[in-house]
Amino acid sequence: MSEQSITSEVTGTVWKIEKSEGDSVEAEDVIMILESMKMEIPVEAPCAGRIIKILVSEQDVVEEEQVIVVIMP
Amino acid sequence: MSIQKLLVANRGEIAIRVMRAAHDAGIISVAVSAEDEDRALHVRHADEHRALAGKGARAYLDADAMVRAALDAGADAVHPGYGFLSENASFARKCQEAGLTFVGPRPEILEYFGDKVTARRIAANAGVAVLSGTEGNADVNSARAFLASLPAGSQMIIKAVAGGGGRGVRVVDAGMDLEDAMARAAAEARAAFGDGALYIERYLPNARHIEVQVVGDGSGRIAHLGERDCSIQRRYQKIIEIAPSPLLADSTRRQILDAAIRVAESVKYDSIGTLEFLVSADGQEFAFIEANARLQVEHTITEEVMGVDLVRIQLELAQGASIESLAIPDEATAKGFAIQLRINTERMKADGRTLPAGGELKAFDLPGGPGVRVDTLAFNGFRSSPGFDSLLAKLVVHSPSANFSDCIKKALRSLSEFQIDGIETNREFLANIMRHPDFASGNIHTRFVDEHLAVLADIIQKMPKRYVEPVSERRIVAQGLQA
Repeated sequence: MSEQSITSEVTGTVWKIEKSEGDSVEAEDVIMILESMKMEIPVEAPCAGRIIKILVSEQDVVEEEQVIVVIMP
Repeated sequence: MSIQKLLVANRGEIAIRVMRAAHDAGIISVAVSAEDEDRALHVRHADEHRALAGKGARAYLDADAMVRAALDAGADAVHPGYGFLSENASFARKCQEAGLTFVGPRPEILEYFGDKVTARRIAANAGVAVLSGTEGNADVNSARAFLASLPAGSQMIIKAVAGGGGRGVRVVDAGMDLEDAMARAAAEARAAFGDGALYIERYLPNARHIEVQVVGDGSGRIAHLGERDCSIQRRYQKIIEIAPSPLLADSTRRQILDAAIRVAESVKYDSIGTLEFLVSADGQEFAFIEANARLQVEHTITEEVMGVDLVRIQLELAQGASIESLAIPDEATAKGFAIQLRINTERMKADGRTLPAGGELKAFDLPGGPGVRVDTLAFNGFRSSPGFDSLLAKLVVHSPSANFSDCIKKALRSLSEFQIDGIETNREFLANIMRHPDFASGNIHTRFVDEHLAVLADIIQKMPKRYVEPVSERRIVAQGLQA
């Protein structure tokens, strides 16, 4: 099993980070919520695993396709 | 009191809409803009401009800074548009205290209707039906007790007391985790309005959303400008609006118009405003849900069928005009149908989820012909901003025909004329809704989009394009053919 990167689907800002590095997550758990154009966009875990790295902080600006979380399935 | 100079405390298409009305009334307009708004079109429509501190929507939410900007510009009035500070009673008061005319209802009215629980009470006191619900603000216990009091299989809807725009709304039934739903709704409400208070109503399944445009001069006299059908919604946000409602029994319609007038009379409403109702699927029952004490996004369709300028009326009222002097047209003069389509910058994922879409417009050519109107903030070269909402343009079509299908045809034709390149939009999705047989027959309700999402999201049928493709694309195609 190798690390998996989660990228932002939108250009926007990080509104709320719900999980921390080291947390175990189930598939579809919300890791953070992005905000763009007044819409909230949840970032969900694609699979069960452990969060290795969270590469952004709340209020950060993110670009579409930018890697924001790394997860180990 | 006559307004000489008006600060428009808003941006985008609605700021432009207000500035146009001001200009036509001989009033000087002042635009404001945030630090991250480069080349904003509304600034070009104004006679003067003041810069706000801060970026994105936040810049437009600072009431004190807005009042300062108005005073600095020498304005004597402020128009709040919709959203931002438009229903903020404390902003309206600050304007008054600074000697500025707030173009909208007096602050108490904003307070009454800003609190959705108070609004319900006002309607009930005026003898208008409201949906049964919790008394005042709800907690998990009162919510559970209320759900238990409903017939088996019923649903209830959780809403934010300070609500609006679908934030903090949840529909729940007995099989769902109520505690979780309320916690999420409260968190959403707190984030959006700074107030997590919730209230609960019985949920009316397959209801239609009907709203009435009213006009009041503060004397207690109220006129109405007919109704709009805003049943086509997604996540409790309107996307297509119709005036008048294409399928509402005349007796029900009369009763709703009367109810709207009674509620507005009871508070001596003193500007233009909208009273919202839900009508049951069988069309027999209706109930007041809330009031919007401001200009609405969909005011355009009322203007088209009634032949009025609602912003001009709003400005006249703010200058002390009476209902008599305004000569509000009788609804007998209403002509045909109008449809407004909200074209948003968004893309739809294969699973039906929508995401905001960004980019720069490479082409932006408007549709035309009689009865076709576009209210927009966009232009060729426009760059979208993640800091503001995704409304790119409101396409408004009006057909004088009494046949609703004529209006749909015109709307579809206008959509296919509208050239938008460089940013993805929901145009195909809107076209799919209008091509749905239930839309044409007027068989719509607030869950129409959710129920038919699979069909509506399936963009197989590409919209015909009634415009010439950009040169570069044509060249590529031509080269491809030669090879």
